[in-house]
Amino acid sequence: MKLLRVKAITKKELIQIWRDPLSLAMALLMPVILLFIYGYAITFDIDNISTVVYDMDKSSLSREFVNQFHESGYFTVRSYVEGYTAIDPYLESGEARVALVIPGDFSERIRKNENAPVEVIIDGGDSNTATIAQGYTTAIAETFSHRIRGKTLTPLVSSRSRVWYNTELKSRNFIIPGLIAIIMSVIIALLSALTIAREWDRGTMEQLIATPVKAPELILGKLIPYFLIGFADTILSIIISTLLFDVPLRGSITLLLVLSGIFLFGGLSFGILVSIAGRTQLVASQAALITSFLPAFMLSGFIFSISNMPKPLQIVTYFMPARYFVSILKGIFLKGSSLKVLWLEATLLSLFAILVFILANRKFRKRVE
Amino acid sequence: MFERIKNLVIKEFISYFREKRTIFFLVATPLIQIIIFGYVATMDVNNVSTALYDLDRSSESRELARRLESSGYFTIERRPTSPREMGEMIDKGEVLCALQINRGFGKDLQKGIPTEIQVIVDGTDSNTALIAMSYVNTIIAKYSMDMMAPSITAHLWRLDLRTRVWYNPDLRSRNYMVPGVIALIVMLTCLLLTSMSIVREREIGTMEQLMVTPIKPVELILGKTIPAAIVGYFDMALVTAFGVFWFEVPINGALLLLVLCTGAYLLSVLGIGLFISTISRTQQQAMTATFFFFQPAILLSGFATPIETMPEIFQYMTYISPLRYFLVIVRGIFLKGVGIEILWPEIMALVILGTIIIAASAFRFRKRLA
Repeated sequence: MKLLRVKAITKKELIQIWRDPLSLAMALLMPVILLFIYGYAITFDIDNISTVVYDMDKSSLSREFVNQFHESGYFTVRSYVEGYTAIDPYLESGEARVALVIPGDFSERIRKNENAPVEVIIDGGDSNTATIAQGYTTAIAETFSHRIRGKTLTPLVSSRSRVWYNTELKSRNFIIPGLIAIIMSVIIALLSALTIAREWDRGTMEQLIATPVKAPELILGKLIPYFLIGFADTILSIIISTLLFDVPLRGSITLLLVLSGIFLFGGLSFGILVSIAGRTQLVASQAALITSFLPAFMLSGFIFSISNMPKPLQIVTYFMPARYFVSILKGIFLKGSSLKVLWLEATLLSLFAILVFILANRKFRKRVE
Repeated sequence: MFERIKNLVIKEFISYFREKRTIFFLVATPLIQIIIFGYVATMDVNNVSTALYDLDRSSESRELARRLESSGYFTIERRPTSPREMGEMIDKGEVLCALQINRGFGKDLQKGIPTEIQVIVDGTDSNTALIAMSYVNTIIAKYSMDMMAPSITAHLWRLDLRTRVWYNPDLRSRNYMVPGVIALIVMLTCLLLTSMSIVREREIGTMEQLMVTPIKPVELILGKTIPAAIVGYFDMALVTAFGVFWFEVPINGALLLLVLCTGAYLLSVLGIGLFISTISRTQQQAMTATFFFFQPAILLSGFATPIETMPEIFQYMTYISPLRYFLVIVRGIFLKGVGIEILWPEIMALVILGTIIIAASAFRFRKRLA
């Protein structure tokens, strides 16, 4: 392996990147846009659930009950309807997710100290929102009952719940560190998947084959410029997350950068492997989509927790470098974990990088078929 | 004109199928995606790994542990022997939830003295933490009620909540996610296919050959769109069949309506793909632009999180994502079984979006050729 030839390939690739400023700009802008959307628009905190009310009683007590729903912040009363049939279109079109039906004898029953049935209809389509909405309604009904009774009854067993790490339960803190892994996976897929396939498509591979450049030199030479772009994206993402979104970075930043570098190297080598195997750019782009982006998004524990997956898929996640990188990121950001805790993830990540790099070298044939 | 379009469609299919890898990817990509998405994309919280630090070891504390486990929401995986050990388990992420039952718990209960249980939840994943916490509290509250003397609880006034869940009574999140996944997969496959189609001819240099033929720009665009639409329909049928037969997601509405709406959806998705293809110079640009478009389009469509939880500016941005409209349609047809009388605004939006974007790409394309 000659450093000179690696340098030459890197230079050629850099010129090519420079000639396509649009792609470069998009590659650098992507983390910013994704972080903004995830940071500001995506929240798994459920509130403002749109609600319709069918109040048959229309008494001060029933209004008080509806008010309690509205004031909780979890529900927003969109409109009042008359009759059951009027509820249907709201739920069918998705304009409301919850309907509250208060019977005509609501206040009378309260005066007589009889249990008063209130009907709650929940759109179960989005089961996650429905489950949480169900929890909220139960809690509100419980509070209302306490208030009517006038005296609160001390429960025999109570729970004192404490939340660790993400005390305010802000989903942003949970999402953003993991998101850096996703952004990097996307950038990696974008940058590296076409790099070899492009040479075949355009017919410039023959020219490269005619030169004395060897496989590792070519792969390394192509890897270096993309590594630089990917690393710039990583630093950009870390800066935005900590400064703009106030996500705490409790651990060592050096450790974070080193491990990010290892992840990048492995990911780019994998992308080049896909590019070698895919041959045409169309196939390579599809392959990159299902081998890099999707596993990073779905199988890394970024949003969907691994323990909820069926066993075979859980096993698959062990082969996904993004899985280790997501737990590294979450560990360093939120828990301030050191290498002592993360050594296993770090080792597996390095192992993956080396293995894939070797594999890419093996797979690459300098031959016209 | 039709003859020329037909020939172009045939040429396009030949170029798809010349490489075996392409066929593999047109069939395998959607299948792999539906399998992964279908199994993984659930927000259900169950089998939360739990540590129980039981200092009391009484029949009462065992009963509480039994209730936690039999609820199906919690699995007691660890039994630490010190508070420090319990803390470490949460630190390492071995458990998501830890309970501490202090000494004297059972005795206090028998005497009717109020007592407390400590619950610690790992808040890193706030959604799971929130749900797990509400499950713990419900189980403990129920246990507390059952332990109280019936003479106290019988005369308490209670608001009697009767909850009914519509459309998805078992709250299977798969029924909700799989239709969305179908829409997503069709978009991903078709976008990449069309966005690289015209630019490929340009990059490989075959565009010159096409230009010396009598083909008109409109015909070329149609000749590129029709094969992609056929592939899109094929993928749609493939993943829908998989969703219905493998994941047992019911379709409550009319299948014919779904077929029609898919057409409107494909129109707008392919239009966006073509537009990207006409503004890109290389396939690299086309791929980057596609990724640049589809990620915000997915995030701002209501696929993973409801649109009404987003800030208002982002809610307006959702209107340019075709996925937004199609999600309402597929979920409506699959889950609610609603018809065209409810879905017409979404169908109209897709058709209008598609028409505008295809017109724009035809215009761009003509300008570039001239």
